[in-house]
Amino acid sequence: MFFKKRDWEIDFMRLRRKAALVSALLILASLGLLLTRGLNLGIDFSGGNLIQVEFAEKVGVADIRGRLAEIGQKQAVIQGYDGNGMIIRLRPVEDAEVNEIITILREDYSGMEVLRLEKVGPVVGETLRRQAVVAVIIALAGILLYITVRFRFRFAVSSVAALLHDAIVTLGVFSLTGREITLPFIAAILTIVGYSLNDSIVVLDRIRENWGGLRREGITALINRSINQTLARTLNTSITTFLPVLAFFLWGGPVIANFAFALMVGIIVGTYSSIYISSTILAEWYERVPERK
Amino acid sequence: MQKKDRWRLVIVGIVILAALFSVFPIEGRIRLGLDLRGGAHILLQAKGTPENPLTDDSVQRLIAVLRNRVDQYGVTEPVIQREGSDRVIVDLPGVSDPEAALELIGKTAQLEFREVVDASPPLPPGPQRPNYESQEAYMEALRRWESIREQREELAAEFAARAKENADLEVARGEEDDIYLLGKTYVTGKSLKDAKTSFDNLGRPVVTIEFDAEGAEKFDQATTSNIGRQIAIVLDGKVISAPVVQERISGGNAQISGRFSTAEAQRLAIMLRAGALPVPVEILENRSIGPTLGADSIRSGFRAGMLGAVLVLIFMFLYYGKLGVAANVALLSTILLLFAGLISLKATLTLPGIAGIILTIGMAVDGNILIFERVKEELNEGKTPYASVEAGFRKALKTIVDANVTTLIAAAVLYYFGSGPIRGFAVTLSIGILASVFSAVVVTRALLQVFHGRRRSKPARF
Repeated sequence: MFFKKRDWEIDFMRLRRKAALVSALLILASLGLLLTRGLNLGIDFSGGNLIQVEFAEKVGVADIRGRLAEIGQKQAVIQGYDGNGMIIRLRPVEDAEVNEIITILREDYSGMEVLRLEKVGPVVGETLRRQAVVAVIIALAGILLYITVRFRFRFAVSSVAALLHDAIVTLGVFSLTGREITLPFIAAILTIVGYSLNDSIVVLDRIRENWGGLRREGITALINRSINQTLARTLNTSITTFLPVLAFFLWGGPVIANFAFALMVGIIVGTYSSIYISSTILAEWYERVPERK
Repeated sequence: MQKKDRWRLVIVGIVILAALFSVFPIEGRIRLGLDLRGGAHILLQAKGTPENPLTDDSVQRLIAVLRNRVDQYGVTEPVIQREGSDRVIVDLPGVSDPEAALELIGKTAQLEFREVVDASPPLPPGPQRPNYESQEAYMEALRRWESIREQREELAAEFAARAKENADLEVARGEEDDIYLLGKTYVTGKSLKDAKTSFDNLGRPVVTIEFDAEGAEKFDQATTSNIGRQIAIVLDGKVISAPVVQERISGGNAQISGRFSTAEAQRLAIMLRAGALPVPVEILENRSIGPTLGADSIRSGFRAGMLGAVLVLIFMFLYYGKLGVAANVALLSTILLLFAGLISLKATLTLPGIAGIILTIGMAVDGNILIFERVKEELNEGKTPYASVEAGFRKALKTIVDANVTTLIAAAVLYYFGSGPIRGFAVTLSIGILASVFSAVVVTRALLQVFHGRRRSKPARF
């Protein structure tokens, strides 16, 4: 039933300029957000303390906020999550202050359980921040090198453009939603990078395979044909990857929800970019400056 | 069936059996990271002082003392390792009371018995309005309390001035904010032979200490010259109690009482036995996770993973039919191989690691999708099913490898730069990629041969 001959072909490339405009706007908006709103850096990168507790009964966030303000912790960021749990984030404070908070909450709410206590000193936050940047740069360089060796330089440039697009838009979405950037987020970004490339490479691989028809049909038609040939795979893989990540986002618990969210955004943006970004760049590039043989 | 094909089936069978054998029963076979089994990860920065400069030797001794304390506290499989020149990582799996662990690790535990030159009584609690009949009486009490407080502040200032003039004197505060002017040190924690917890005759927890010969003699002299007066017991610069000496103590035994609970007394005894830290430390980073949160994470990760896997299985079956069944078997084998890999490499599973597994569940079928779409194209070109499968596998293989190498590069970088939990992610992702490629290329192929191998001349029927 599924193996009947494909008798349609979507002319993706006809819309490539419009898609490029949309992507340019998305990137500009993301960069604008990153510059103005910035990112909500978690304690991993900013330094600070985190207390995660679970109460025996339902407790309002406002009550806890009021109680903490009474003892001078006005800066605390408090987030409740399903059940009776609560995550309290503090800028760097003395250990004694953390103990004071716990003691006071224990007195007020008997049966409260401390699930997690984290402290990241400013020095460590700084180190982690630097390491994250270095890791992303090295990963990008390694990938660029691999694709240059396996494909052509222009393919490498266009696929790296696609993954930068994905990474920037994901960061933009995090800036917009104010979701917290923690250490696992770096892992999520690098996974998005890997995934985005995986998608682009399949399309590029098909373009390479069809390369023989370049003279006959021209670069735009060739790319269009390649995208159509790989379209079912692109969509199916995106769906199968998206489904478990969605399940993890919904039922994986509060600690890892932002990680799953980043992956979800990355998969959606990555699917779009694998169809449009690298192919558009390649098409425009070859149309304007044909490669000498 | 060709000879080569038979071999492939045999290999698949052996690998799957070996994996099953190594994975089941799964209980206790996977090493869990601190974020899943609960525990504390602490990064310490050793701090030199003018008296105790930071040297290679002092950091070595620091690690030895920390190990001693942790061992006596009864932590199984602790990891204590040096990081760089002056930092120490302490991993304490399964510690259920992170606050206690932190205190055990971070406290210098420098014990001193010192002369009390002068002391102020503790500040009484301020008056409370409901305890007074009239506003005037309350205001009067408040004024009295204020004057006591002022006197105390004056005394504190006077103590500070005297300590400034005389280098032997030092101001210290007690548990109840009582102020002491301390004189010479009689004996320190270095002269201890043993420290134990017991209870005094009022049933309060106390720490009983036993001095070595030299310490016993010093303590004997100290008590002899202070009968009727206080001796301060100072821990890390804070007076924990200052008992009045009733009589000369010559046996080398002493009792430390203070405002501590039984658990606190036990920790103090451990720290005194293990010795003071040779240099003070600062806690740079601490991540403590209670066992319930870890268990929750495993449960919800398992649930999400199962659900995700079921969704993928259904999707693949609906879209690819019979081929989807083959892909689903390959997916199950990927998950099996992933766990077998985790177990045999003795890798540590962390919460991001679970995320890696779930991501693998989604990406594992990608290889199969690539292959099936290829096979479909080959069939469309009019080839026989057998030839299409052969060509489909051959052509898809290159794409599969290229597409997965990039993710492997990202995972390798993560492994190199990441700390504990992130490494767990890099590990599961890498093993997952390798397992999924094996499953797609070898397992699916063997299955398709079982489906079609003997009917290679029949028309295409999928």
